Amino acid sequence: MKFSWSWLRTHLDTDAGIGAVTDRLTAIGLELERVEDPGAALAPFRIAHVVEAAQHPNADRLRACQVDTGAGVVSVVCGAPNARTGMRAVFAPPGSTIPATGAVLKVGEIRGVESAGMLLSLREMGLGEDHDGIVELPDDAPVGQGYAAWAGLDDPVVEISVTPNRGDALSVRGVARDLAAAGLGRLRPWAPAAVQGMGASAVSWAIDMPDACFWVLGRTVRGVRNGPSPDWLQRRLLSIGLRPISALVDITNFFTIDLGRPLHVFDADRVQGGMLRFRPGAGESFRALNGRDYVADPADCVIADAAGVQSLAGVIGGEATGCTETTANVFIECALFDPVHIALTGRRHSIASDARQRFERGVDPALLPDAIEAATQMVLDLCGGEPSVVVQAGSEPAWRRSAALRFDRLRSLGGTAVPPDEAVAALTGLGFIVEARATEAVRVAVPSWRNDIAAPIVLDQAPGLDPERARAAAEGCAETEPEADLIEEVLRLRGLDHVLPVSLPRIAPVPPAVLTPRQVRSALARRTLAAAGLMECVSFSFLDHAQAALFGDAPEALRLLNPIASDLDQMRGTLVATLALAAARNAARGQTEARLFEIGPAFREDGQETVAAGVLAGVTPRHPLAPSRGLGAVDAKAAATEALQALGLPIDSLSVSADAPNFYHPGRSGTVRQGPRLVLATFGELHPRVLQALDWTGPAAAFEVFLDRVPEPKRRRRAPPDLPAFQPVRRDFAFLVGADVPADAVLRAARGAERALTAAAHVFDVYEGDKVPPGQKSVGIEVVFQPRERTLTDAEIEAAGAKVVAAVAKATGGALR
Amino acid sequence: MTDDFQALRAETEAALAAASDLRAWDAVRVGVLGKQGRLTALLKELGKVAPEQRRERGAQLNVLKDELAGLIEARRVELDVAALDARLAGERTDVSLPPPPRPQGLVHPISRTMEEMTALFGAMGFTVGEGLDIETDWFNFSALNIPAHHPARADHDTFYLPGERDGRPLLLRTQTSDVQIISMLQTPPPLRVIAPGRTYRADHDATHSPMFHQCEGLVIDRDITLGHLKGCLIDFLRAFFGIAHLPVRFRSSYFPFTEPSMEVDIGWNRRTGELGGGGDWLEILGSGMVHPRVLANCGLDPREWQGFAFGMGVERVAMLKHGIPDLRPFFESDLRWLRHYGASPLAPASLHEGIAP
Repeated sequence: MKFSWSWLRTHLDTDAGIGAVTDRLTAIGLELERVEDPGAALAPFRIAHVVEAAQHPNADRLRACQVDTGAGVVSVVCGAPNARTGMRAVFAPPGSTIPATGAVLKVGEIRGVESAGMLLSLREMGLGEDHDGIVELPDDAPVGQGYAAWAGLDDPVVEISVTPNRGDALSVRGVARDLAAAGLGRLRPWAPAAVQGMGASAVSWAIDMPDACFWVLGRTVRGVRNGPSPDWLQRRLLSIGLRPISALVDITNFFTIDLGRPLHVFDADRVQGGMLRFRPGAGESFRALNGRDYVADPADCVIADAAGVQSLAGVIGGEATGCTETTANVFIECALFDPVHIALTGRRHSIASDARQRFERGVDPALLPDAIEAATQMVLDLCGGEPSVVVQAGSEPAWRRSAALRFDRLRSLGGTAVPPDEAVAALTGLGFIVEARATEAVRVAVPSWRNDIAAPIVLDQAPGLDPERARAAAEGCAETEPEADLIEEVLRLRGLDHVLPVSLPRIAPVPPAVLTPRQVRSALARRTLAAAGLMECVSFSFLDHAQAALFGDAPEALRLLNPIASDLDQMRGTLVATLALAAARNAARGQTEARLFEIGPAFREDGQETVAAGVLAGVTPRHPLAPSRGLGAVDAKAAATEALQALGLPIDSLSVSADAPNFYHPGRSGTVRQGPRLVLATFGELHPRVLQALDWTGPAAAFEVFLDRVPEPKRRRRAPPDLPAFQPVRRDFAFLVGADVPADAVLRAARGAERALTAAAHVFDVYEGDKVPPGQKSVGIEVVFQPRERTLTDAEIEAAGAKVVAAVAKATGGALR
Repeated sequence: MTDDFQALRAETEAALAAASDLRAWDAVRVGVLGKQGRLTALLKELGKVAPEQRRERGAQLNVLKDELAGLIEARRVELDVAALDARLAGERTDVSLPPPPRPQGLVHPISRTMEEMTALFGAMGFTVGEGLDIETDWFNFSALNIPAHHPARADHDTFYLPGERDGRPLLLRTQTSDVQIISMLQTPPPLRVIAPGRTYRADHDATHSPMFHQCEGLVIDRDITLGHLKGCLIDFLRAFFGIAHLPVRFRSSYFPFTEPSMEVDIGWNRRTGELGGGGDWLEILGSGMVHPRVLANCGLDPREWQGFAFGMGVERVAMLKHGIPDLRPFFESDLRWLRHYGASPLAPASLHEGIAP
């Protein structure tokens, strides 16, 4: 909402300066966006009298002028052809800045003649493109006075943002009323006199869609002369960025801004059949005043004459019946619409008009009669003509409501005790009328323009609430909401600075744990992965559905209906997808190694789950002690394992199988399970097909740890640690097994062979090559036997080793190498 | 001492001095103290000495033996030290070589900021609530007093998904305020909940991202007033930014789910970007007393329960706190940016270690 300072003061009688006003606007909820003062740059320029303009002695095209600036006569050299003796012009003194060029004037000498200033053109002042010469002012322009003030260019324009509840503040008068109530002046009275109508209106109304249009007034003014509107009106509109069109149209725009009361003017001679009807659209096309064609939807309320649709009611008028320079008879529309209908029509057709903006927030339902009188008077004043009687259809809807305020609630909800008189004064300042006043409470009537106060209660209660509880809650809402509305008004006008801050009372001397165990898991996984050298990322939850399909399903059910860009339309099924894109981007930026992870949601048709995932791509850095190597499945597994371990899972009892999702390399990937079914993690190299589709060479591996699936750790007392007194015995075995036998199977068999004695078993070597038969590999393992009662004899160690060999042979078919 | 003793001693000293390595030293040792050694020979010969001289010679011989053993051992130590010195003289490591690189992992500033919020609000008795990214319009809008045709819905630039849940259209939540509803439905009051999480709006430029993070807060009790709202948020903001006297301003505004509603500004210097002073104000979060309709939609009787809610942009406060100029890199996963703004996982946000920068 924009308005000029002078416009505001037509409604607000105030001594306050613009700074105080804009500060207060922000404090009371009409937030200042900006103040633009077009006069600021013109402030140094004065009206001057050219006492004499003589030919410059040394230059054909220059004139040497004696200029009376009001503060003395100075010499100015001027190049403008129209500089002449006796004219009134605009003088820029030395030290001032020329807006168009940014140049700062200095006293100088031009070809031997002193020049102590400059006579300005409109273009030099940034006021237009006219560069035919310097500005010529009328002879009565007062010498010495500021030019901007004289020309009315010193009128700052204020722009505020108006919240959706405050339709009434989308008007200069509404803003003035709030300011007056906030103590910054007095609201000037406004009571237009009725205009005596003569004769019937050329056009009448009919409402066939009463749920959309409640009430409409209209009046014909015959014999008008339409043309450019007067200066003051043009200036008002221009100041807030509205283009003057013609007097009749400008009048409607004026009232839209001045009173928040949109009007429309029809050329009565172009309305067919003498009747305008509010009815549903029927698929007709019509051309609107913005030059575009629209097709009226059955849900739109249109205004139609005998020829068809002439207007999308309350949103935009039509070209066919619009007023032009030749309009002789005008029909003024002043209507009241259902805000929801207007909002939907505006949204349906993507039309953002000043009328829509106001109607969809709700205009003053009681203002219509006054507004049409004021509009008629202005038409008569500016265009002449003869007014008809007012015609109408529908009727003023019931808008009267009242609300009660218990003064103590200002303290017990608002946190500040307000003296009752002050509270009441704030409300009456806003136009509330006291209906009843007692010591503890006041009941006020709500003014017609405040449709946000004590509004009809619309609830949408949670399904499945206990009916008794739901009823009590609804009743409580009906009782407390109007009061909360009033509390807000009082606090708003008084300023929230009066509310003393109070720290929240403690609920326990030491606060209990803030996070649930599930939330702690995410935090723990995050710290573990970062500490393991992975960089945390936050990537988008959506990506291109074609890219998402590389990483599994990309179901329609998880595709946005209105994506912001086609490459952000599919909710990711795995974080690996967005992380792989991120790693590829880093590779493209020349990062040779990327270890990325993220903790966030993965989306499936049956819901979302929290996943810790990572992508490890590229090669490790080169170093004399650690040669560079490509990151692979084993690195991904290491990261996943660290995370699982940090979450308290017994790593040795988890199983790993080679059946990971198909975005992994089928031979270099695995799935980690607890028990037969519970999948806790996946890891592996990314499938070469995926890398190729991403135009990326890798190498790249990835992992996922499904945090939500990790079982809640059981809280139990820890057993004391196992600290045997005897030295463990380590024995190495090398088995020849089939190349497809997992090393894990060898280890499991070895561990199970002599369970009581075996403390651990590790792989220390895997060899495939020409020293073993084809199709086989050698797996070297170290088994640790832990004696408990006494040192083992050689024979006992021998026997245990034999058991290991037998168990491995049985489980894997492997033989000692 | 007899001359032959003296001679043995002198000759041994000379031989030791001449022994330049352990091998030569060992030959000297064996030549003196070994089974065939000269001292051993002298000891063996002691029996042949006349008994009257034997005692004195025996004592002298023992002294000599101790002396020689000492000399030999001292020379061994000398040679050992020299040998070690000689070995070390050849052993060099280029100490300017960097250690093998260890990959560096850091926590994203969004996570870090949410951790800080959790620590601070946790100290004020809040727990952390969660919602779903894909929500129905009831949780995101209707329950929050934003009915279907409310202008605020249009302002939110909502992403929609096909299908519905509980007969309601699905969308990506535009605000974490849905967690207010979830909390009130799931947990009987009194309530103190914050909900940091992902939110989505169809808007993309230097100051908007189609995905971003908010942190919602909700306090419900019987006698919570706007004074508590102010106190709680001032307490938080001053601790979060680590500025004890950070100016905080509350000004009236409007949100459909609160009444009275207010925007919260902090003091800063618009020119330098420095927080805490400078006479300018910067909008930082929205807040208000929970609207009676929102309470009623969740089955709470507003005559019995009241409280406040607030919501702030996580990236926004992170940008302000750390002077991060642009929003977009938060989601670009550029390692260079992450290395610059990431936080150590070994220094998690904790009150006892301090959370301000």
